Amino acid sequence: MILDTRYLILFEMKKFTKLTSAVVPLNIENIDTDQIIPARFLKATTREGFGENLFCDWRYDADRQPKPDFVLNDKTYSGKILLAGKNFGCGSSREHAAWAIQDAGFDAVVSSFFADIFKGNALNNGLLPVQVSDEFLFKMFEAVAKDHNTQITIDLENQTIKIEGQVLPSGEDLGGAESFEINAYKKSCLINGYDDIDFILAQKELVEEFEKS
Amino acid sequence: MLTQSTESHASPSPLGKDGMGRTLVEKIWDAHVVKSEEGFPDILYIDTHLIHEVTSPQAFDGMRKRGLPVFRPKQTVATADHNVPTLNQLQPIKEELSRYQVDMLTKNCAEFGIELYGLGHPFQGIVHVIGPELGITLPGKTMVCGDSHTSTHGAFGAIAFGIGTSQVEQVFATQCLLQQKPKTMKIEVNGELGKGVGAKDIILYIIAQISAAGGTGYFIEYAGSAIEALSMEARMTICNMSIEMGARGGLIAPDQTTFDYIKGREFAPAGAEWDKALAYWKTLYSDVDAKFDSVLTFDAAAIAPMITYGTNPGMGMGIQENIPATNAQPEKEQLSYQKALDYMGFDDDASLIGKPVDYVFIGSCTNSRIEDLREVADFVKGKRKADSVIAWIVPGSKQVEQQAINEGLDIIFEAAGFQLREPGCSACLGMNEDKIPAGKYCVSTSNRNFEGRQGQNARTLLASPLTAAAAAVTGKITDVREFLLEEQG
Repeated sequence: MILDTRYLILFEMKKFTKLTSAVVPLNIENIDTDQIIPARFLKATTREGFGENLFCDWRYDADRQPKPDFVLNDKTYSGKILLAGKNFGCGSSREHAAWAIQDAGFDAVVSSFFADIFKGNALNNGLLPVQVSDEFLFKMFEAVAKDHNTQITIDLENQTIKIEGQVLPSGEDLGGAESFEINAYKKSCLINGYDDIDFILAQKELVEEFEKS
Repeated sequence: MLTQSTESHASPSPLGKDGMGRTLVEKIWDAHVVKSEEGFPDILYIDTHLIHEVTSPQAFDGMRKRGLPVFRPKQTVATADHNVPTLNQLQPIKEELSRYQVDMLTKNCAEFGIELYGLGHPFQGIVHVIGPELGITLPGKTMVCGDSHTSTHGAFGAIAFGIGTSQVEQVFATQCLLQQKPKTMKIEVNGELGKGVGAKDIILYIIAQISAAGGTGYFIEYAGSAIEALSMEARMTICNMSIEMGARGGLIAPDQTTFDYIKGREFAPAGAEWDKALAYWKTLYSDVDAKFDSVLTFDAAAIAPMITYGTNPGMGMGIQENIPATNAQPEKEQLSYQKALDYMGFDDDASLIGKPVDYVFIGSCTNSRIEDLREVADFVKGKRKADSVIAWIVPGSKQVEQQAINEGLDIIFEAAGFQLREPGCSACLGMNEDKIPAGKYCVSTSNRNFEGRQGQNARTLLASPLTAAAAAVTGKITDVREFLLEEQG
């Protein structure tokens, strides 16, 4: 889908097209936005700087020392893709959760199920939520557990996600791919960096007409 | 002050596209679609936008960057609730960042021409408590707020849902949202509730049945004789927690109970406007032949007083039950399940009855209205809280607080050792000083038992106001029905 010239662009959102990266695996289900960014950090009035408190209470102890067993503190994991258990982002509507993930350097989150509001917030900020099957998610967790540097490719244009094949000495191929769904309009926004406000503002006279009806 | 627009811009069309009946959600949705285009989300008109200090500053900032005014400031209402202290509210807020955020809201509202019911205002309170009590929340409206518990307003037969800050900015700029029409689910609860069982138990029961993700992608319509029998405030408790099963919205068809509640409220329509509104509201129900994407039915008599044992609202059980066994969970979920029990310090297959508690919190947008306070007062009258328990009662609004005082509930609470504080979100999310200390157990009438929700490493058990009050009195998890049977003689 191509958005036509009706939509003058005032504000450019972060674009997303294709990404190949290692992943950070967080094999926990029902990760709520209070875990992603606890409420006590919501007092900031700008969008920046939330990354340092991403998963704060899992990541740091009471003296703010990194907890060695938490994945973000494990130097063998890195990358721009966060891999998480199902029902990711449930709970509070705080967009700070999407900002924190992005601010910590992630461009995409992969899970087998996303909470609605989180998914919308992520899309509105150019952070791509990729929903895969439970089986494929499990396969990714397994691949990453075996090789922490496993590369994943997310191709938004073609709506595919792929575990870059690695043949182990045993001959086992860890690769695999799956296609994912995304709303066509939102996909177009991500690829082009458009945001919703420009879209509606361009049709403001329709809104005024509606109000009179 | 009387500048709130109470008008709904809905223009109903009598029939669905294919001649079939429509659900309540579809009726209200269709009446608010500015534009529907193949391949795009609908442009949905928003009648009322509620805002608070936490999720609005970045949106106001965006408006300044775009050089735009708020398109319909009269359809926007602001209050300060998430960050505010619940003691000495008229003194400057001690905590610097909270004070800054609340001051920022005041500045932004002045700059953009938005009515603010801030600290010290007689209408101040939790955003989801003040909307209904002021008659701003009305049947047939579309309402949004940068807060997931906006679903509360659905109790009046409105489409109400939580949004993120980018969408707050979108509504500021256009009074519209780009939204995909949701799927619809009907949840019917029929029959009579047992003694000691209330609205909070109904919703905790439903969430325990369908899980914390069971409603994702849906707007839920609650129906059935047990729902129809509820007061407006009880209906708000139900709709409030729709988001705890993933549903962005939950609503109940308006009826005489709804109309009686609204009539005469500050911003409710009056005179000829009332008659016109009422005629429209009476068309707001799901047609008999309307099709829901999913229908679930529950028996009210099967519901016991509920309590949660884990770290999401779906981990709840009847108070006499044992915590479900870890090995009874699906294999892939056992790790997360056990992690939750470890956090709570509970063993699987154990009973919670008799477990000591440290705090009792009665408040939040779920259970802080006058009926909740009356129910607690009625129960604790002549009793005394256990010495080991700290018991807070945080009213939902200045109006609720004043009403409680007018009725002498404050005296009952004081005599029972409960502290009646000033309105705000308080210990529901611990953004102000009202935090539960690490490792402590709190029986809470709020809506979320997530790790750290009420304070770092705090342990939350969600329950009804009655069950919370009973825990305060005995100092441990108690089946409130034991008291009620005793009192009955």
